[in-house]
Amino acid sequence: MAVANSIILLMNNVVEINKVSKAFGSHVVLDNVSLNVEEGENIIVFGQSGTGKSVLLKCIVRLLEPDKGDIFIEGTNVLTLRIKELNDIRKNLGFLFQGAALYDSMSVRENLEFPLVRHFTFTDAEREEKIKSVLEKVSLEEAIDKMPSELSGGMKKRIGLARSIITEPKLMLYDEPTTGLDPITSKEISSLILELQKSLKMTSIVVTHDLLCAEIIADRAIVLNEGIVQHEGTITELTTSRDPFLRNFFSHEIVEEQNRRNNV
Amino acid sequence: MKNSKTKVIKRNSIENRLTEFFIMIAGLWQFQLQFLKQVFVPPYEIDQIRKHMDELGIKTLPIVSVTGFIIGLVITMQMHPVMVRFGAEAFLPGAVGISIVRELAPVITALIFAGRVSSGIGAELGSMRVTEQIDAMEVSAVNPFKYLVITRVFATTFILPILTVYVIFIAFVGSFIAVLLVQNMSYAYFIDKVVSSVEFGDAIPGVLKTFVFGFIVGIVGTYKGYTATNGTEGVGKAATTAVVVSSLMILIFDMVLVKVTLWLWPTV
Ligand SMILES: Nc1ncnc2c1ncn2[C@@H]1O[C@H](COP(=O)(O)OP(=O)(O)O)[C@@H](O)[C@H]1O
Ligand SMILES: [Mg+2]
Repeated sequence: MAVANSIILLMNNVVEINKVSKAFGSHVVLDNVSLNVEEGENIIVFGQSGTGKSVLLKCIVRLLEPDKGDIFIEGTNVLTLRIKELNDIRKNLGFLFQGAALYDSMSVRENLEFPLVRHFTFTDAEREEKIKSVLEKVSLEEAIDKMPSELSGGMKKRIGLARSIITEPKLMLYDEPTTGLDPITSKEISSLILELQKSLKMTSIVVTHDLLCAEIIADRAIVLNEGIVQHEGTITELTTSRDPFLRNFFSHEIVEEQNRRNNV
Repeated sequence: MKNSKTKVIKRNSIENRLTEFFIMIAGLWQFQLQFLKQVFVPPYEIDQIRKHMDELGIKTLPIVSVTGFIIGLVITMQMHPVMVRFGAEAFLPGAVGISIVRELAPVITALIFAGRVSSGIGAELGSMRVTEQIDAMEVSAVNPFKYLVITRVFATTFILPILTVYVIFIAFVGSFIAVLLVQNMSYAYFIDKVVSSVEFGDAIPGVLKTFVFGFIVGIVGTYKGYTATNGTEGVGKAATTAVVVSSLMILIFDMVLVKVTLWLWPTV
């Protein structure tokens, strides 16, 4: 059973991270990190602040260059690609940044059409149609002519999400999609992520501390600590583990979660 | 004992700052090479260049107008008694005109432009960097260097000469008013005297060097912003150091270009 599973894993891996290391000067952030993500799967990357979760995501899309290792996206080693080929891969993936990273100087509409006008040849009507439809998905149709500075944190996240999925990517990378949001909004965003995965058949890697969010959107998770993948398993396996680090990590998250619930 | 210790730290910090300075110069050089490498590769983002030029023009027009007028007025008022003392009052419009065209208008406009624009660009790109907007652009397969840097450097390089020509004329108006205060003269006569004494060899290098100054303002501002780190603190630092570095470089290049222009356009 296990063998059969791993063979299927090998065949359908959308992302394959192979012994990737990254250091900044003498500060080793990632040390031989490996991770496989199956087609259609949502996988969670847990880890304390500053353990290199964002660095890992950025290595996957080569915003940062790993020092060592290989990263395959749909069988192509992205680390050896030239910029043009790399951009072809980037056009097929979405990245939601921690702060949403909306372009300050552009309205919501301009933010959304930014990738569209550059890489696709849609007519104005088709483009408008697409913008309307992603805004509907994130339930923010009324924000179309607003500037990012007029949006709340949760709205920014949702527009950021809309901007990343407007090109209908097959692979989505989320950097702390619910951090800093109130529990209700964060639950909404989590459900939205799950829904998108189902309706657009996306594969996602989700970096988060938020246990509630993790439970909603995924079944498999890894825990990054001190540069290595320290644990791997289902969310239930990890949260019920007797491992002292995990117990500490999750009890902390649970307490935080409860505090947040009590505060509302 | 205590004394020697503080000395060591002090020397260290000067060393650190010197190293930092040379690292910055090297980085700026690299950045500028990157610019030259990418500037002729499409897409050209013409709309963006036009938009930035409009914005920069509108942003700086009021302050350079006021400055230009005052420079013209003050330099004329200052020079008038001197010229009278030497019995050369008739040369006043010519002397003023030449100083405005060759030096005052280009350099002062550039310095004001640096203060207003390179800090603005540094802060804008810096905040885009630390809030990951530049990363977002790169991930969406758009080259942020072309979209953000090249367009802005183009805009500053081409708008500053236009502003300078405008400032020259505003300064002439200021100068004319100062002349009116001491003697009666028509504007047409005044301009005629200025134009007849200002030669091609004065005007061309004066305006040409502002292309270099405009480039400096753009490249330093974008470099500081594009490479900003350390959150909001880094954004502030990018804005302020952009002004200091670009102003200093404008003055240094002005010094170098005096030599070059005198060699290219000998005026004596
Ligand atoms: N561009 C960079 N230069 C230097 N150090 C960095 C850089 N990016 C991240 N780091 C360091 O790498 C470590 C991991 O950062 P990060 O991946 O952002 O953590 P997190 O797990 O909270 O997302 C941190 O200690 C951070 O200081
Ligand atoms: Mg992070």
